[in-house]
Amino acid sequence: MADIESHDYDVIVIGAGGAGLSAVVQSAAAGANTAVICKSLLGKAHTVMAEGGIAAALGNVYPEDNWKVHFRDTMRGGKMLNNWRMAQIHAQEAPERVLELETMGALFDRTRDGRVLQRDFGGHQYARLAHVGDRTGLEMIRTLQQNAVAKGVDVFMEHCVIDLLKDGEHVAGALGYRKETGQFVVWRAKAVVLATGGIGKIYKVTSNSWEYTGDGHSLALRAGADIIDMEFVQLHPTGMIWPPSVRGILVTEGVRGERGVLRNSEGRRFMFDYIPEYFAGDYADSEEEADKWYTQRTETGARRPPELLPRDEVARAIAAEVEAGRGSPHGGVFLDIASRRTPEEIKRALPSMYHQFKELAGVDITKEPMEVGPTCHYVMGGVRTEPDTTESSVPGLFAAGEVAGGMHGANRLGGNSLSDLLVFGHRAGRYAAEHALGLERAPHIDDAEVERLTALAVEPFERDEGENPFELHAELQDTMQDNVGLIRNEEDMKKGLEKIKELQERARRVRVIGNRQYNPGWSEALDLRNLLTAAEMVALSALARRESRGAHTRRDYPETDNEHFGKVNHVLRLKDGEIQLNEEPLPQMPEELRQLFEEKR
Amino acid sequence: MATERRFRVWRGDAKGGDFHDYTVPVEEGEVVLDVMHRLQAQQANDLAVRWNCKAGKCGSCSAEVNGHPTLMCMTRMSDFPPDDVVTVSPIRTFPVIRDLVTDVSFNYEVAKRIVPFQPRPMTEEEKEAGSYLLAQEDIDRLQEFRKCIECFLCQNVCHVIRDHEENKRNFAGPRFFIRNAELEMHPLDTADRRDQLQDEFGLGYCNITKCCTEVCPEGIHITDNGIIPLKERVVDKRYDPIAWLGRKIGFAKDQRRL
Ligand code: SF4
Ligand code: SF4
Ligand code: FES
Repeated sequence: MADIESHDYDVIVIGAGGAGLSAVVQSAAAGANTAVICKSLLGKAHTVMAEGGIAAALGNVYPEDNWKVHFRDTMRGGKMLNNWRMAQIHAQEAPERVLELETMGALFDRTRDGRVLQRDFGGHQYARLAHVGDRTGLEMIRTLQQNAVAKGVDVFMEHCVIDLLKDGEHVAGALGYRKETGQFVVWRAKAVVLATGGIGKIYKVTSNSWEYTGDGHSLALRAGADIIDMEFVQLHPTGMIWPPSVRGILVTEGVRGERGVLRNSEGRRFMFDYIPEYFAGDYADSEEEADKWYTQRTETGARRPPELLPRDEVARAIAAEVEAGRGSPHGGVFLDIASRRTPEEIKRALPSMYHQFKELAGVDITKEPMEVGPTCHYVMGGVRTEPDTTESSVPGLFAAGEVAGGMHGANRLGGNSLSDLLVFGHRAGRYAAEHALGLERAPHIDDAEVERLTALAVEPFERDEGENPFELHAELQDTMQDNVGLIRNEEDMKKGLEKIKELQERARRVRVIGNRQYNPGWSEALDLRNLLTAAEMVALSALARRESRGAHTRRDYPETDNEHFGKVNHVLRLKDGEIQLNEEPLPQMPEELRQLFEEKR
Repeated sequence: MATERRFRVWRGDAKGGDFHDYTVPVEEGEVVLDVMHRLQAQQANDLAVRWNCKAGKCGSCSAEVNGHPTLMCMTRMSDFPPDDVVTVSPIRTFPVIRDLVTDVSFNYEVAKRIVPFQPRPMTEEEKEAGSYLLAQEDIDRLQEFRKCIECFLCQNVCHVIRDHEENKRNFAGPRFFIRNAELEMHPLDTADRRDQLQDEFGLGYCNITKCCTEVCPEGIHITDNGIIPLKERVVDKRYDPIAWLGRKIGFAKDQRRL
């Protein structure tokens, strides 16, 4: 291994989005020698795409709001499958984290008395999202990025991790490569934080960037960690659908928070037809009542407009309208804000949406409705962690943000992602540093293992013929889109799984041309393994959950089964190279929290 | 409805390279980045392209299209006559790594040298409220600068470094002037960056040609709203320190007038 560049750290953080950078800042602040490794340039991570805001019960707009209400909304949104302790920590700590960001230099929009302004979002009882226009994610990333840089942490930009390394049961670091040169790099570390985001690139229509290849999910699985709830993949109800090249790009829920409404081809606000039993009492049953809610809810007691139901409900409703032949010309529905607000208001509240539609679709959203449809957005499932410390079942391996599972249950509420990144990123950094600094000796790197992995990684260059990695990826995306999409059934999913197996076989014969220097073909070939593992985990878990709940909808099992499936998580682990699925009991919340749900009824 | 379109794409690395001709099918509504992806997937698996969001939000995909610095994901193919050959090359001011990907580490090095944000302590009233109390106007004023997606196109076109490699050591560039402007005008910040701006970051080299402003995909008025006010502040400091102090405190006062 003499010729491989290697580095020593207390803590390495893999991923430089909101969770990763939060972890880096905290780990460095705790005195640990910290580095961050990211696939892109610093500041480009997917968090910059987040538009709506950070959910935190600050109570600035509605003083009635508090962590208990936020907790209850989160659990109900997740169809009670959330890890209760994560949801509790999240609701309790989010306000502190938002205010902390301001001490780091972030700026949020203000209320008239100078506090952080909060905006309405789906599934949140009160206006709760701290935001700055519709570019909250960018504000968050820049602030954290600048703080990490000021703390002097080492940043390995455009470096990809191939595998985690272990010393016995304990994590020992990671092996990766530098894109610029294609050279391998080993990072030895006493603790590793995974903050790699999600798996969106297993689907064809997705709001996620190229980085979202399920790396963390698969690295953790291969390192022996437990992965939970992978059947729950959120489709954001509003992605762009036209022109084809922009299909999937996100249209923020903020449009609906700012009074935008969904209409079908007949001009009807169809969401009134899709209020499920479960949420019945909470949503308006007439347009008149719904419209009062935006400005006069306290005086009139008006209930929320159904456009602001949780995302899974809205996505299914849109799909049903399209299926019933009431869709828009390009197979979506209309999202109309033009008829609801003045052009000035729209441009002020939603500047990047205005820009995005104008530039990419030639649509002026102050004059015409947008055409939108569901797009793969977020995976609720991920690495099982100990809620307080974020440590996985592998000692020394921590996970935070989208790559971690449990926090959002069967469906995530909008705005709960940015807050999740801050709350658990912060904890991951703190506890990873504590773990590393408490370790007596640095873990040992197994040179033979490194050699085996690097040899495997360069194999695709040695083939004279073989599969095109881009083509395999495209086939996987079609497979997942068609067979394990929004509405699922056993037959399709079995077909999907078979195809995944076939693709895994073919991926062993993948061929890469050119050399190792900044070679996207090679990156694609290496990512393929993670993409396929992530897809397999989703399909396996989805097939086994024979009920409909949250983001997981089965045509063959349309009912929610609280007796059995409401009480279990699906836990995935690797055994002899095969992914095993186990049902394990859902952790039960203590009585005083349970009462919050009784009161509601 | 795909139409075959002709492209000339620069291929090579730090040692050199040249333009390669390709014919690629283009679909309705596509942008240049879509075409580069199709080219990569079907004809040139190893074509190096940097991108993330494909929505003009991350600033990764900067390149020169027909010699014009731009974001590939926001440049629509319908902007070019169908028979024209479209030329795609890497941005010029930074060294090529490979194909369309350049080494922009210069920018990250400058970023490290900026004096970090130093907030003032909370007032008694704020401590009670548990939060800084700020006026929306103060937030709005800074929005323009904070929209920056760090595409570095402004850095790429600024003649101070585009034509004079040796200036890179003493010149921060427009992106970092507005970063400093943003910190200087931040309602909570207390640090003074004016000497550094003049002596280390070469604010004086800028002769207000506005090329940076013209190319900014976020429409930030880099020169008028960022660089010129910064230059005024630096002058203030040298001739009238009280005026500068007045401005800093002015902001602090503003936010009490809520
Ligand atoms: S205005 Fe100044 S910073 Fe901008 S391009 Fe011209 S010289 Fe460079
Ligand atoms: S100021 Fe504009 S051109 Fe310069 S880096 Fe920022 S967004 Fe790009
Ligand atoms: S890919 Fe993000 S700006 Fe072009």
